[in-house]
Amino acid sequence: MADKENATGLVADDGRVPTVIADDLHIVYRVYGGGGRGSATAALRRIVRREPSARVREVHAVRGVSFVAYRGEAIGLIGTNGSGKSTLLRAIAGLLPAERGRVYTDGQPSLLGVNAALMNDLTGERNVILGGLAMGMTREQVRQRYNGIVEFSGINEKDDFISLPMRTYSSGMQARLRFAIAAAKDHDVLMIDEALATGDKKFQRRSEERIREMRAEAGTVFLVSHNNKSIRDTCDRVLWLEKGELVMDGPTDQVLKAYEEETGK
Amino acid sequence: MSETTHESAPTREVSPAELAAQYGLSVSGARPSLLDYVRQLWGRRYFIVAFSQAKLTAQYSQAKLGQLWQVFTPLLNALVYYLIFGRLLGGRGEMGDDEYIPFLVTGVFVFTFTQASVLAGVKSISGNLGLVRALHFPRASLPISFSLQQLQQLLFAMVILVAVMLGFRHWPSWTWLLVIPALVLQFVFNAGLAMLFARWGSHTPDLVQLMPFVLRTWMYASGVMFPLRYTVESTAKWPGWVADILEANPAAVYMDLMRFSLMSGPYHDSIPANTWLLAIGWALVVGVGGFVYFWQAEERYGRG
Repeated sequence: MADKENATGLVADDGRVPTVIADDLHIVYRVYGGGGRGSATAALRRIVRREPSARVREVHAVRGVSFVAYRGEAIGLIGTNGSGKSTLLRAIAGLLPAERGRVYTDGQPSLLGVNAALMNDLTGERNVILGGLAMGMTREQVRQRYNGIVEFSGINEKDDFISLPMRTYSSGMQARLRFAIAAAKDHDVLMIDEALATGDKKFQRRSEERIREMRAEAGTVFLVSHNNKSIRDTCDRVLWLEKGELVMDGPTDQVLKAYEEETGK
Repeated sequence: MSETTHESAPTREVSPAELAAQYGLSVSGARPSLLDYVRQLWGRRYFIVAFSQAKLTAQYSQAKLGQLWQVFTPLLNALVYYLIFGRLLGGRGEMGDDEYIPFLVTGVFVFTFTQASVLAGVKSISGNLGLVRALHFPRASLPISFSLQQLQQLLFAMVILVAVMLGFRHWPSWTWLLVIPALVLQFVFNAGLAMLFARWGSHTPDLVQLMPFVLRTWMYASGVMFPLRYTVESTAKWPGWVADILEANPAAVYMDLMRFSLMSGPYHDSIPANTWLLAIGWALVVGVGGFVYFWQAEERYGRG
């Protein structure tokens, strides 16, 4: 059946429109640190001579992954911790440079996540505006969608929390606001990294609904999750990564079955 | 993809690159042309401003005196320099307190603007990898935004500067308007320098440790707390060309412009007119050069 071998056998002229093509993609992280002392003069010498530091370690996070994603597909990414799922998403989004190989995309894929742009010392209100602008929304769009975002997050259900600094929120409230901001934008190719595990039951239902909506609007949706149920509910195709390599690529039921057998769930 | 598609359509193996070309897909994460880059950056102008203001607000939000520290920190620095260089070491040259104190405070505020921009610039990519790896935006937004944050900080400090000027009887005149072009030129220079160091700092994180040392040396060589030409020629008895070189360095140039604009008296009169040409030159060379240099590595930020 559809496994690693024929996943790379590309078929043209079958009417489906590809949105993301990964071609033998390799991603390498360079990590600094660990042991040794660095003096100012040694650093200066390295800078002047442009030598790489001896303390740099390379982490080969994605090793030769190839696949083609088509318009209208919802693709789940599964694998144990550290298998390269999030790295692969970032590479598709063009956020991590490829060591070898290439990713071709239709338009600009976007990662559902604004966590890094938000600041805990600022009020929720300012974070909504900052997060919206950081995702590339215009000031008009942010203004129009502001009320929708606050309402969706449910931050103001108990009190006027939106005018308090984010560090005063509970972790669940913070996660809800982050998801609400991230989900406010329209996307061509949308990538979601473990966003569904946040908030209470009521909020989870609301966010799953929102993801289905976004999938209808977006061309292609990628979803990283350790929750096999949410993968089963939202995805029709699954990529299984292990140690940076693509183990299996196929319909959700088959891949999940093999994955569950392997991990003994 | 499933087996059924193999049966229904006449199959033909194509390379990924051919398939991508056929459907007009583009390489993800490729560097845009310089013109497109400028256009993208302009599109993100509201983010750049909002980000700098957010950083500014968040910076002192845990301190009880809050934003007042933006002004206190350089003022306390100025006080220390006054005691050490002005009083103890006699580095003030022939200036009395009513000229030396405005001279010193202006120098500290203006140099702090450049110093803080460089320090923030070095860390602007390496310290915000989470942001760089999560969202898509022209990376030059970060160093520019940090320089803009420092500019806003300086504008706060200008209130103190004006009070110092009035306190020592340097009355407002038409030259005070020259503060605006002086600040614009210095901002362009600082942003260029921040972008230059942002690229270096992104692949050499060690630079963060080295920069305070470099910047302190630069401060002493630029005459923040002593009149440069007088000290070099009359106190140290070094040849005049040393003073020429030191006076042409951008930090000294931008400090002198601000002193020329705000102060009156002998020091104001001693500043040569070509200082403005140097200021424009430095802003153009470093501003444009830093931007182009930063852009050349655009697709590689976020790896290290």
